[in-house]
Amino acid sequence: MSQHLIVLPILLPLLAGLVLLHKRSGVTRTKRIISVAATVGLLAIAIALVIEAASGEITYYALGDWQPPFGIVLVLDRLSALMILLTSILAVGSVVFASAGDDEQGSNFHGLIQWQLMGINGAFLTGDLFNLFVFFEVLLLASYALLMHGGGKARILAGLHYVVLNLAGSALFLIAVGVLYGATGTLNMADMAVRVAELDPERAGLVRAGALLLLVVFGLKAAILPLYFWLPRAYAAAPAPVAALFAIMTKVGVYAILRVYPLIFGDHAGPLAALDQPWVWWMALVTLAVASIGVLAARDLRLLVAYLLLVSIGTLLAGVGLRNTAATSALLYYLLHTTLVTGGLFLLCEMIGVQRGKAGTRLVKGRPLQNGGWLGILFFLGAVTVAGLPPLSGAIGKVLLMQATPHAQQPWLWPLLLASGLTSLIALSRAGSTLFWRSHEGEPTHAPLTKRHWFGVGWLMAASPLMVILAGPITDYTRATAEQLAHPERLVRSLLEPDETGGES
Amino acid sequence: MTLLWIPLLTLLGVLVPVFTERYGRGVLSLATATLPAVALALTLLQIPTLLEGDIPRVSLAWLPELGLDLAFRLDGLSLLFALLILGIGLLIILYAAFYLSAEEASGRFFAYLMLFMTAMVGIVMADNLLLLWLFWELTSLSSFLLIGFWSHSSEARKGARMAMTVTGAGGLALLAGLLLLGDMVGSFDLGVVLESGDAIRADSRYPLMLVLVLLGAFTKSAQFPFQFWLPHAMSAPTPVSAYLHSATMVKAGIFLMARLHPAIGDTALWGWIVTLTGMATFLYGAWFALIKTDLKAILAFSTVSHLGLITVLLGVGSPMAILAALFHIINHATFKGSLFMSAGIIDHETGTRELSKLGGLRKAMPVTAVLVSLAAAAMAGVPLLNGFLSKEMFFTELLDTPLLGGLGWLLPTLATLGGILSVAYSLRLVHAVFFKPAKESPPKSPHEPPHLMRLPVELLVTVCVLVGIIPAVLATGLLDLATRAVLGEALEFHLAIWHGFNVPLLMSVLALAIGILVYAMHSHIRRLARQFAPVDARRSFEQGTQTLVAATQAITLRLENGSLQRYMSLLLGASLLLATLGLLDLPTLAGDKPSQPLDGVLILGAALLIFGAVGTAVTHRYRLISLLMLSVVGLLVSLTFARFSAPDLALTQLSVEVVTMILLMLALFFLPQKTPRESTAKRNIRDLLLAGSLGMVVASLNYAVLTRDMSSIAHFFMENSIPGGGGHNVVNVILVDFRGFDTLGEITVLALAGLAIFKLLNRLRLFMPHSDGEGRLWSPDRYPMILTSVSQALLPLALLVSAFIFLRGHNQPGGGFIAGLIAAVALILVYMARGVEWAQSRLDFQYQPVAIAGVAVATLTGLGSWAFGRPFLTSAFGHFHLPILGDFELATAMLFDLGVFLAVVGATLMILANLGKLTTPHRPSKEPATTTPGKEKKS
Repeated sequence: MSQHLIVLPILLPLLAGLVLLHKRSGVTRTKRIISVAATVGLLAIAIALVIEAASGEITYYALGDWQPPFGIVLVLDRLSALMILLTSILAVGSVVFASAGDDEQGSNFHGLIQWQLMGINGAFLTGDLFNLFVFFEVLLLASYALLMHGGGKARILAGLHYVVLNLAGSALFLIAVGVLYGATGTLNMADMAVRVAELDPERAGLVRAGALLLLVVFGLKAAILPLYFWLPRAYAAAPAPVAALFAIMTKVGVYAILRVYPLIFGDHAGPLAALDQPWVWWMALVTLAVASIGVLAARDLRLLVAYLLLVSIGTLLAGVGLRNTAATSALLYYLLHTTLVTGGLFLLCEMIGVQRGKAGTRLVKGRPLQNGGWLGILFFLGAVTVAGLPPLSGAIGKVLLMQATPHAQQPWLWPLLLASGLTSLIALSRAGSTLFWRSHEGEPTHAPLTKRHWFGVGWLMAASPLMVILAGPITDYTRATAEQLAHPERLVRSLLEPDETGGES
Repeated sequence: MTLLWIPLLTLLGVLVPVFTERYGRGVLSLATATLPAVALALTLLQIPTLLEGDIPRVSLAWLPELGLDLAFRLDGLSLLFALLILGIGLLIILYAAFYLSAEEASGRFFAYLMLFMTAMVGIVMADNLLLLWLFWELTSLSSFLLIGFWSHSSEARKGARMAMTVTGAGGLALLAGLLLLGDMVGSFDLGVVLESGDAIRADSRYPLMLVLVLLGAFTKSAQFPFQFWLPHAMSAPTPVSAYLHSATMVKAGIFLMARLHPAIGDTALWGWIVTLTGMATFLYGAWFALIKTDLKAILAFSTVSHLGLITVLLGVGSPMAILAALFHIINHATFKGSLFMSAGIIDHETGTRELSKLGGLRKAMPVTAVLVSLAAAAMAGVPLLNGFLSKEMFFTELLDTPLLGGLGWLLPTLATLGGILSVAYSLRLVHAVFFKPAKESPPKSPHEPPHLMRLPVELLVTVCVLVGIIPAVLATGLLDLATRAVLGEALEFHLAIWHGFNVPLLMSVLALAIGILVYAMHSHIRRLARQFAPVDARRSFEQGTQTLVAATQAITLRLENGSLQRYMSLLLGASLLLATLGLLDLPTLAGDKPSQPLDGVLILGAALLIFGAVGTAVTHRYRLISLLMLSVVGLLVSLTFARFSAPDLALTQLSVEVVTMILLMLALFFLPQKTPRESTAKRNIRDLLLAGSLGMVVASLNYAVLTRDMSSIAHFFMENSIPGGGGHNVVNVILVDFRGFDTLGEITVLALAGLAIFKLLNRLRLFMPHSDGEGRLWSPDRYPMILTSVSQALLPLALLVSAFIFLRGHNQPGGGFIAGLIAAVALILVYMARGVEWAQSRLDFQYQPVAIAGVAVATLTGLGSWAFGRPFLTSAFGHFHLPILGDFELATAMLFDLGVFLAVVGATLMILANLGKLTTPHRPSKEPATTTPGKEKKS
């Protein structure tokens, strides 16, 4: 089994999905057990993968036994292992929370979640550009279906924007992959890196066009300005466990940028080296600024969290744009933190909304909360960490990133980063005092929360203090990951034996 | 390691009140006090080490990547502050036990208080700049919770938010400053930083760093112009005001300046900024303390004023000035702490804090009157009390400072002015509350508080008096240690009450005399003050926030107008821009590959293709026609594939085209026949330009790729198709073998599309038109006879074709995908001819399981290779011989292809059946003989 470990994060959810989807009806309890078990199994696999990847060796899995660069490969390095782990942790929280009742709002919930996980994991593992497209499709369709879960006008409208834009993005992805294949003659990312290094300068323009077009697609997935406008409403409309899981979806875009460009367009790429960098850097800064404005403007808690997610995207991509090892390490730490905490906050929104009755998550005076105390503590912790205040993980991530900023970029990034922290602080303190302090007189609505709710939120929120306590080991890992990314030749060497490299032309 | 226990004990103390609340107030407060008391004892135990000249330190690595260590130190400065924090903290716990009413959540209150205490202890003991910042922000957070403790009151909520915003913003500036500082020094270790003063001052980023750090300090210590949050933080319960907003938290900024003075102080810039800010604060606070009428507001402004005084001393920065500053920190904490607690007692006993409702309390509360008088006298700087000593030193230092050069007289003059105001407001406080007869009676009839509640006040006032009389005995030791920590060396000094007749004494006397005079003329001053419209900081802050929020909402709404067209144009525009940049890099568009000759058929095909594409866009308002135009495009693409020797692709494209068209027609039924004309001419031009340019760019990219020679991995597939994949049809072998994993993904996508459409349509209530665009009702001919019979006859034939196509797939054009589509089309025809109900009742199975089974078959085929120790999806094939059938080949790839077939059939019919079913239950009932829609429209 162990030689198949790398493919398991895709196969396990695929199989679980098959079992769950083979008929539409079925006992919810059974479905929940299967889904939770599969997700916990995924977590175990992810831990095994991280342990394996932590050795620093890059391994691959050749599907159909067709060796690279010809067949499709899945690549396990520190980064992909980390992303799988992150996904599975998030998924556990989301699936358990959904089992409290959200999964009964519509059909096929658990099966779709599993296939969604399959798509996400596939995107993180694949070493093939076209296969990445396929997994983008899987996760797009699954996420669209999940976005519709429970129905309602807001969801269908937001879903329409989501799916139309992303389908257009898929078309662009195909064009981009076509151009890159046409110019380099390969789809395997490592092989493409080799070929780009030896590229006939006459073709550099084609590769540039393809690569930049690809950047637009990744930017759309990551939700960078000006391509994110669909996101706030979609995420605010999505059912809570789905929105929580979606916290990783934007990170797929960030991941793709982080995976593709340093590998294929690293220093070895000559004139094409770092062709994405100026775009990512400047647009990330603008994203950060505009998203911070959105944070202040939000009059609904879910919307507020959605904008906070965008702030985190701006922060992450600014880190990508810095293109140095320390910044990459910092952004990976921040990525772990923000994904889990944002996911937790989306779940928390739901719990708060349910207990506030008609007022829902709108930031208006409402009924007092039945579990105001505990919800308040969780909200406070979530707010502190997401606003980047100590002593929780947000502060650590932010400070790591600030410290990794070279002098020349400091005047740009620091003020924006700090200002975004301040706007988050203002918005969250306003939201919190409205939700928990400024309530009508009277009895709270009787809307009991189950253990599954508390577990889902607690599981994700606990990540923040844990990431502070374990900051040392975690940053050791992210630092090593960043170094691995900074040396793409290691990955190339692992996939294509030295005597085979470039032997194709 | 003992050091580590001090913050740790207070941190553990956060949990104590949570668990002991149920045992009643007495147990609760005693239990809460235990851990800080132990921490205090531990702190005191460190004194001998300190006296020996050592600095106890402890350091644990935490986050080496960041330079953040869990490092604590206890030098003289930390000791002084730690004693203040823990000592006064204990008194506050005792006081609060009586102050809070019985029904209040005292457990929560004490937990917050302990959290705050931890943060403060952390700040003063931190031996690492980042750790210091961590605790710094934690004080803002805990103070937010404490100010907002009475959350039902709007003032408390707003005050809490304002304090949080201002100090939080300052904290962020401080972070930037500390990061710069760490960058200059190369370490966040406090010891290293303090020793690198010269390097820091020489750095070009010094001014920026200094301003950022000072912003942090000034916001925290409520220095002008950030003083406004402090008076409003007084909506907090009085123990909080006494503890946070006079004795400790607001001193954090002062502490920071003293702490970092060796590293970043001692420059002209420091002197100017700090001294002048301090002086402005000193006077501003004193003035408002004189004219406010709320007891706590007076104390709040006087706190602001005294913080300014200390800041001035730190700005002056001479060794004696530092000494004076530290001394005044102790003194202020004692007298202001006791005054706040007394104000709380008065409030508690009388039910009001308004000066106009108070008065003549001397008789009812004689002991409190004496205590308050003494503390206020200390505040005013009356001799024989501690305030006098430090104020005297303050005057002395301002006379000596070279800071303003020729205008050197200005500072002492302003200081005297401030002194005058201090005397006046102190006098007013005592007189108005205890001596002047009351104008109106207070809500409750006053009497002395329980003795234990007064005990903290008594203790603090005793300290005031004793330090005032015998300063050399009581304060010298501690101050010696503290100044040594700041200055780095021992300072020779002698605290005494009497220094002979000198200028500072004259200034003190003047301040006392004129101060009394000013109070005598108080009514004039009040009148003068009334000339100016009162500025309510809270209201203007709230308004500012509201305006900001409104502005951000306007911006957000402008950006996100909810128009899909806009978002789409942004996406396409971005693609256009970036792809163009690449194309510009290309030396020539055409590569060196020769073009194929053009012939008539190609030209005709191209012309038709263009016609179809343009037609689709032009007729888009007439959806059906537009759709037909689109099908022209699809058809021609299929023909193009056929023309350029890709029969597989042609077949696939053709069948995809058919299925797509049918589904789109079904969907069209629910849309209006004609769309309204909604685009303006400008918009049309924009769209035309965007679409046109993008089309041209994509076409150019295509052209550039196609005219260049390619050295690709494709030859590998050609060579290995038969030996490795066992098939002659390379396209099919690629689909099911070389890149079977992609195909597995794509059939999953297909199944997901079916599931997604089911979800979308599941609860949708759609409007269903009862007639076509011209108002004609649907044809009453429900199931046209010819169609019905033809479809039924065709079905077996089509399925046979499908099977044939499937089986030959591995070697000849065909395969599971195409076969699946053909089967689907045949079944769709039955649906169309007979209606959903008829078909459903005869095709007695659900499509979701079919689609899922398809994916399952493909997956399990792939898993089969595990049994042979091969990776997922490894194929195997072999040639077999059977008597009658002859030689034939079996490949696992065919099983995989069967999965593809099932998935395609299942998913396609799932979509169709769901769309079709939509129409059955909710048709408008009036209409005669309606039928499954779509197909008959204009057909």
